[in-house]
Amino acid sequence: MSKLRSQKDYEKTSAFRFWQWLSGEKDPYIGNMEMKEQEVFQESPIVVKEREIDHIKLHNKIYDIDHNKELKLFRIFYRISAVLLCGVIMAALIICVSYLPETGNPNNPTVNEVAERYVEKGTAETGVINTVTGMILNYRGFDTFGETCVLFIASSCVMILLMVSEEKLKTLPKNLEPKDDKILQYVARIIVPVLMIFGFYVIVNGHLSPGGGFSGGAIIGSGLILYSSAFGGEKIRKFFNENVYKCIKITALIFYGCVMTYYFYTGANGLTNIFPLGTPGNIVSAGMIFYINLFVGLEVACTVYSFYALFKRGGL
Amino acid sequence: MDFVCNFPAFSIVLSMMGAIVSSALKGKWAKHLNMVILFIVMLMSLCVLGYTLQTGEFFVYTMGKFPAPWGNEIRAGVLEGLMATFFCIIMILSLLGGRKHFYQDVEEDRRNLYFIMTDLLLGSLLAMVYTNDLFTAYVFVEINTIAACGLIMIIRNGRTIEAAIRYMIMSLLGSGLFLIGICILYDLTGHLLMSSLKESVANLVSQGEYVIPLTMTIALMSVGLAIKSALFPFHAWLPDAYGYSTISSAAMLSSLVSKGYIFLVIKIMYRVIGFDVFANSKIINILFVFGILGMIIGSVSAIKENDIMRMIAFSSVAQIGYIYMGFGLGSQAGMIASVFHIFSHAATKALLFVAAMGLRDASGGSKAFIDLTGAGRRHLWAGIGFTVGGLSMVGIPTFSGFVSKLLFSQAAIFSNHKMLIALIALAVSTILNAIYFMKTIIRIYSAPGEEIAAGTQKCKSDIRYILTIVSFLLLNVLLGMSSTVFYFLIEKGLIMFD
Repeated sequence: MSKLRSQKDYEKTSAFRFWQWLSGEKDPYIGNMEMKEQEVFQESPIVVKEREIDHIKLHNKIYDIDHNKELKLFRIFYRISAVLLCGVIMAALIICVSYLPETGNPNNPTVNEVAERYVEKGTAETGVINTVTGMILNYRGFDTFGETCVLFIASSCVMILLMVSEEKLKTLPKNLEPKDDKILQYVARIIVPVLMIFGFYVIVNGHLSPGGGFSGGAIIGSGLILYSSAFGGEKIRKFFNENVYKCIKITALIFYGCVMTYYFYTGANGLTNIFPLGTPGNIVSAGMIFYINLFVGLEVACTVYSFYALFKRGGL
Repeated sequence: MDFVCNFPAFSIVLSMMGAIVSSALKGKWAKHLNMVILFIVMLMSLCVLGYTLQTGEFFVYTMGKFPAPWGNEIRAGVLEGLMATFFCIIMILSLLGGRKHFYQDVEEDRRNLYFIMTDLLLGSLLAMVYTNDLFTAYVFVEINTIAACGLIMIIRNGRTIEAAIRYMIMSLLGSGLFLIGICILYDLTGHLLMSSLKESVANLVSQGEYVIPLTMTIALMSVGLAIKSALFPFHAWLPDAYGYSTISSAAMLSSLVSKGYIFLVIKIMYRVIGFDVFANSKIINILFVFGILGMIIGSVSAIKENDIMRMIAFSSVAQIGYIYMGFGLGSQAGMIASVFHIFSHAATKALLFVAAMGLRDASGGSKAFIDLTGAGRRHLWAGIGFTVGGLSMVGIPTFSGFVSKLLFSQAAIFSNHKMLIALIALAVSTILNAIYFMKTIIRIYSAPGEEIAAGTQKCKSDIRYILTIVSFLLLNVLLGMSSTVFYFLIEKGLIMFD
């Protein structure tokens, strides 16, 4: 038989404190922690009114809504016809789809010698376990090189739009940096290393398991974003600044381009290339696919992070 | 295999590598690299053209170890070599002609980005020209779209950014439709390679299977690419995009980007769907009708315009209408006329943009017509360039525009049902062209009235500008005078497509 505890003893246990907190009698944080109420976002009603009037004035000045009957009519016409057009296109597409071959039928035209060779000989010819990687990086390597260039040109385009000069970057106000958020930092400290390692794993195992350069690179990139938003730009610029970014991105892409050119040249001219296929299943195997996955992964990670950085402050 | 056969692949990879290296370079060096690449690619394309003419056959180049349909492959014939050479020449001249303004318009730290865009634009154009695989075509269409957006918004003001956003929305709609078309076609045939697709499509047609999805595919692909190349009802993005971007961009966009898509349409017509199937489908009539509407309405909008850049831009709508009208005739002659018009319009429109820029410079940077009065006297070479461009567009003999109009009308005569409409449309459109080009030419050579204060000083053109204008003139006269050579090349190229 257990001994009945006295009330005083019971009040010392954590169970009691937990119950107290749960029933709302006492909050352990009140009084122990520095707290400040959030400031309510306030604008004087005059400012709001002025802005609204400005908006209406501008609108009226440009379009002259009150007097322009044509524009009014056009807008109604435009909305109706847009809806109608979308409806017609949707209906046409749905009707078209209903005439397509049945999904999963073994006699479908899509089940032909092309898919057959990928599935049956993919491993033997390219040395991959994950046939999808073999398809996109070896059989149809040219397309994938193009896709990587799409990413590259997209990041260059965002640079055209958002990049600010270096002098301006130095004088940016500090309030763009994240607040010193303890919870986020604590979580980031746990998650970021895991994300990095997992991303790297996905990249180097691209030819063995689902994944590859694109997905692994995106994982690493999101790890960098999490780190940067938890600890601020200063910390991440210690190891990942503009120069490092450029170096990694350009080296990866140039190597990728060189490997692909070499591969096209040897392949088309019937020469043997120097990339051994190795034993399927090993980490270093599948010829050039392993290296290309690395290059693509680096490029994608840089691009994903650079999008974030450019949108945040206009530079890395 | 001869070493020349490597050149198409090399030229594509070279221009893409150039873009990658440019991102590490300063603007000046990126510019030099871009020029070197353009010259090398031009020489390579010339070699390809010569080689295919000599052997009289197209050749296929496997991109990698595995032959098509498993791997990727590109294909080069006479027309491909000619197109690639021509695109390079136009690009070199556009960049040269707009260089002075490029330095004014673009900040120092963004110049290398501009050359990334041009390099990738060149790469994607080459890939679209040489490709033998629909999905490869789609990938490079994407690159082309983004590069064009970058070229438009390199000047960052409200106008260009709005134009770029419009362009992007319309263009992505076009890409989306094109992609859906490819998906449906893949579902029906199980192929992406053009040669295998053509066989399967011919089989499907002869057995009468999948009629509705097949028609839908043709419609989706041609409408998608028509949106991207600014066929009449989808041209709303065009005037702003051409009118407000820097001059090299405007010249390249009007003469290269839209032409790349049109070339892809031709390729799909011949190499994927098969010309007879395409000519018998109803889609061709739709292209015909909208081509003719574009010819008329584009010209009318150009007449109403009070801004010289936008006027030239609207004229592009009309000229693209011509090309689609040629497709719509559904005959070999119509196609040859259309392809010739691609060349002649590319050569003339780029010249007009560069010359109009010179006229603006002589009028204190104003685009309004009233300020342009007498600009041709103040800026000699710009005046000559604009006059020749205008005359060529109207269709005066010895210039390229005449030959394409002649070819169009010849093609129209041999068409059974569409002869009358096509001929009337050609006549009306020529008159409308004459109205707005003659109006401008008369204005730039008439004596300025007293009320005009802006920029009455004489404008001296630098040697680069004169060189550009003279090269464009020569190109134009070459197209106009030795049209038989081009006719022969185009005909031979189109036969090689089958």
